[in-house]
Amino acid sequence: MYTLTGLKPKNPIILAAGILGTTGASLCRVAREGGAGAVVTKSIGPVPKTGHPNPSMVRLDGGFLNAMGLPNPSYPDFLQELEIAKKDSGVPVIASIFGGTAAEFSEVAEGLLPGKPDAFELNVSCPHAEGYGAAVGSSPCLVEAITAAVKDVTNLPVWVKLTPNVSDITCIGTAAESGGADAVVAINTLKGMAIDIESGYPILGNRSGGLSGKAVKPVAVKCVYDLYSALEIPVIGVGGVTSWKDAVEIMMAGASAVQVGSAVYDRLDIFSEISTGIEAFLRRKSYSDVKRLIGLSHEMV
Amino acid sequence: MFPLDATFPLNATIIRITEESPSVRTFFFDLNFETTEPGQFVMVWVRGVDEVPMGLSRKNSITVQKVGEATSKLFALKEGDSFGLRGPFGRGFSLPSKGEKILIIAGGVGAAPLAPYAESANAASSEVHTILGAKSAEELIFEERFAAAGKVYISTDDGSKGTKGFVTDVLSGLDISACDRITVCGPELMMASVFRLLEDRKVLGKAEFSLHRYFKCGMGVCGACCIDRSGLRVCKDGPVFSGIQLLDSELGRYTRDASGRRIKI
Repeated sequence: MYTLTGLKPKNPIILAAGILGTTGASLCRVAREGGAGAVVTKSIGPVPKTGHPNPSMVRLDGGFLNAMGLPNPSYPDFLQELEIAKKDSGVPVIASIFGGTAAEFSEVAEGLLPGKPDAFELNVSCPHAEGYGAAVGSSPCLVEAITAAVKDVTNLPVWVKLTPNVSDITCIGTAAESGGADAVVAINTLKGMAIDIESGYPILGNRSGGLSGKAVKPVAVKCVYDLYSALEIPVIGVGGVTSWKDAVEIMMAGASAVQVGSAVYDRLDIFSEISTGIEAFLRRKSYSDVKRLIGLSHEMV
Repeated sequence: MFPLDATFPLNATIIRITEESPSVRTFFFDLNFETTEPGQFVMVWVRGVDEVPMGLSRKNSITVQKVGEATSKLFALKEGDSFGLRGPFGRGFSLPSKGEKILIIAGGVGAAPLAPYAESANAASSEVHTILGAKSAEELIFEERFAAAGKVYISTDDGSKGTKGFVTDVLSGLDISACDRITVCGPELMMASVFRLLEDRKVLGKAEFSLHRYFKCGMGVCGACCIDRSGLRVCKDGPVFSGIQLLDSELGRYTRDASGRRIKI
């Protein structure tokens, strides 16, 4: 039986935060039609936020650039969506939460508990929201304090999603582990920018944003590889995964599970496609279990 | 990294502006979306302000109602000015085959994506009937384009032209059993009334509706525009949905604002 921080995802391929996660119905569709093993919600905060003006996402040759700006209806309004996802998705539902302080993080976590999420994912890594996300997630002290504060108000597993926009991601990962995190999720998007040369205007409404998609996969593989070496707790890999081969690669770097985000652009059933591809690969290589893949490349010296 | 044409804003220079009604203008631009299906949309980027979805009213025009900040800024632009444009995105109306009988129901600026549909249907030798509604005679959009494609029935709220009342007042008097397709675009409450009437007449299976929701990414990734209870994305799975897809949906009941909060319609 495949388990992840005590959860039982249907398969190791999980919907990443901020993707198709604003409504309960959408999360259910990703699980049921898309075949995701578990789903992570849109990041939810203490007060309603409309996010940045559009354009909030553009496609580039090697990926996507986005700056949504943490739009969310706030935890009281999101409860009804969480309840729908829990009732009808048939998979574990992880609530992604954010705040500007440890106290706000615990307020949001406590506020969502009545919706019975299966775990929390702490967004300390959004690269383009002032006072939130990476603004707190670049400091090991703050990450440890925030993680500990959320662990204080819940017995549920707590995952901490990390930013790659730091000089050493393992310092932040270690801080999350010290704060009591059950897993880390790596990586969030890389800071990026695109400019419209006809007008000179930066394209995103927020002027700059975060890069996701194929271009960031090697960065994710390296971060996961380093975190796997540095930490005792599981690492959940995310960043540029668009095929089962990418998923296997990031698992070999050390990921216990894989999240998929931007790749839903191509097809919603990317989750079942990747999961089926991994199973076929395990059979072909005569690996008894998906666990055999996790961190495999560390043994190859 | 090199931008890809369809999903990265192109530069559209305004070549002509026409006034369709006191609050609606058509902006012709120097790009041609040759492969567009009527009902698909483009994202119009008013630089420095916002980017909003708009249905194409022709391969090289958008027809816009002044409703908010972005459209107000767009109305301040003149010929020779430019804006960013990407698309076309989403799923449009299904085009009729030869000899089919089509009923188009358009309310207000909802006529914009339906005028090219009427023209395509006429070009495909379909029999085109249009119910065109607006608040008043001067708010009627593209009457002449629908008239050139087939028969037009007019309704105005104030009775200044055609039937006094709503499109449903005209619709309820028509024999729609012989229609092969019914395509609807307009204000949500109008579409919801049409939906109920078509449901009562058991012809929802022939009908398609174009929905309007707040879009963020516009490319099916973020989930801001998903509708209940199906979870379908208006920007990618829509904006045109079949009547069957909208059964037991939020249509006419609520929408969501930019934060994702439900807002009663």
